[in-house]
Amino acid sequence: MSAVTHGETPPPDGLGRRLSAFLFRHPHLRLGGLLAAPAGWLVVAYLGSLAVLFVAAFWRLDPLATKIVHDYSLDNFRTLVEEDVYRKIAFRTVGTAAAVTITDAVLAFPIAYYMARIASPRMKAALIVAILTPLWASYLVKVYAWRIILQEQGVLNWTLDPIGLAGPGFGKYALWLVFSYLWLPFMILPIYAGLERLPTSLLEASADLGGRGFRTFRSVVLPIAFPAVVAGSIFTFSLTLGDYIAPQIVGTRQFIGNVVFANVGVAGNLPLAAAFATVPVVIMVVYLLLARRAGAFESL
Amino acid sequence: MVESRGLRIFLKLATSFTLAFIYVPLLVIVLYAFNERRTLAWPLPGLTLKWFEKAVNNPGVRDALLTSLEAGLGATALAVVLGTLAAIAVSRYRFFGRETISFLVILPIALPGIVTGMALNATFRTWGFDLGLFTVIVGHATFCIVVVYNNAVARMRRIAGSLDEASMDLGADTWQTFRYVTFPQLRTALLAGGLLAFALSFDEVIVTTFTIGGQQTLPIWILSNLSRPNQLPIVNVVAVFVILFSIIPVYLAQRLSGGGGAEAGGRI
Repeated sequence: MSAVTHGETPPPDGLGRRLSAFLFRHPHLRLGGLLAAPAGWLVVAYLGSLAVLFVAAFWRLDPLATKIVHDYSLDNFRTLVEEDVYRKIAFRTVGTAAAVTITDAVLAFPIAYYMARIASPRMKAALIVAILTPLWASYLVKVYAWRIILQEQGVLNWTLDPIGLAGPGFGKYALWLVFSYLWLPFMILPIYAGLERLPTSLLEASADLGGRGFRTFRSVVLPIAFPAVVAGSIFTFSLTLGDYIAPQIVGTRQFIGNVVFANVGVAGNLPLAAAFATVPVVIMVVYLLLARRAGAFESL
Repeated sequence: MVESRGLRIFLKLATSFTLAFIYVPLLVIVLYAFNERRTLAWPLPGLTLKWFEKAVNNPGVRDALLTSLEAGLGATALAVVLGTLAAIAVSRYRFFGRETISFLVILPIALPGIVTGMALNATFRTWGFDLGLFTVIVGHATFCIVVVYNNAVARMRRIAGSLDEASMDLGADTWQTFRYVTFPQLRTALLAGGLLAFALSFDEVIVTTFTIGGQQTLPIWILSNLSRPNQLPIVNVVAVFVILFSIIPVYLAQRLSGGGGAEAGGRI
């Protein structure tokens, strides 16, 4: 009965199976096959684009022919340093980013501490969802919501009016408020993760040694949470540096992003835009290096 | 509890305040979608559903919604494929430059959006691509890879590599092993990553403004109609759509990855 099957030769392997066997014998090819598409995409499409951008920063615009001239000079960077207006815009952008980062750290700390150490496990899970979900909710809609709230006849003025106050209107304070609002969840989550790792025994030891609340906070909690704060600040800082939509909607003055956008589009000075765009990149690279030193990368 | 009673009360109050700060603006915009009048004055004189009807029948909104869906789905599909391949390579092989891959994947989202947008814009124009849906998908996919990758890597870490080996020992080839062993275990992580990628793509503005030509995605439609007082009631309604379209996928993604959310969105 089994003679039939004994005598049969196994069916010839299909192409897929032979290829599979070939790949199994050549792990390097297997790895290459896996990596080719994603690494190719990120290196060619993305790093390639960044390289084009960087090179373009050294080109210049021929003002008469309104054509980009592909010879290399530092003219664009000289313009950025020498012209008052660009310097002011750069300082305004960095200053706002710093103010927003500090505000978010102050706002995020109590809620992160509550989530990490006080809340019950159920409460904690609910709070994580409550913080995470709006983090992804439309950025543009949030900015627009603030425009409605901050306008002359908006909710804020209506609320403050009975106590004789008024909202800030549109401008730098509005922008500071809106940026702080937008990036707050990005600060809460790393600080929460950092405080989760704070051992209760350290707080007890501090209390045993006579450390009161503030002293314990300064000498025990803060040093342990610091890398996490720095990790959060990477987002608050980077996101503020690159933004140009919020300044358009609730601000009155230009940011680096606005100048870049205007020069890519209407003004058509791509080289100058590229040069100005390298400012946030350089700041972020330096910032990332400092952050790595502070141990922030382990808290991401 | 080490924390004193006073401190705990303070923390509770601060937490409530911060939550209110996060949610009140979203609530305000939802209320405005039902605003009876065209003006934006608060308090609202009355509530109505008529703007929802107008928004649904607005051709500009419909086109923009369609473009957003196409861009979101295209970018998500690309990101899922590329992110999965990279995640398998990084978690199953040791090779030179392995750390660089993780860095490379995160870079498009860690650098300011304007840099990514501008870089892609310069490249597309230099190589003579027409800006349009295709370039938007390329741009979105670039920064969406990271969410799929992070979810897949986190899951791969929990799957024992020995299962793949066992499958191979039992005679399955590479494709069968992926299809019957690796993929079923990765599935929910990929779904979570894909949902997040879609949400990320759906409300992106900055990279989009640099890579889109004449077409409009929903957020771009909002942006270009903000300055038209006549359109504002419809903008309010569209804003609510956009909130729902980005919140629902994220909520589902969090449920899929076990509710804790640490895997889904905690890693950005």
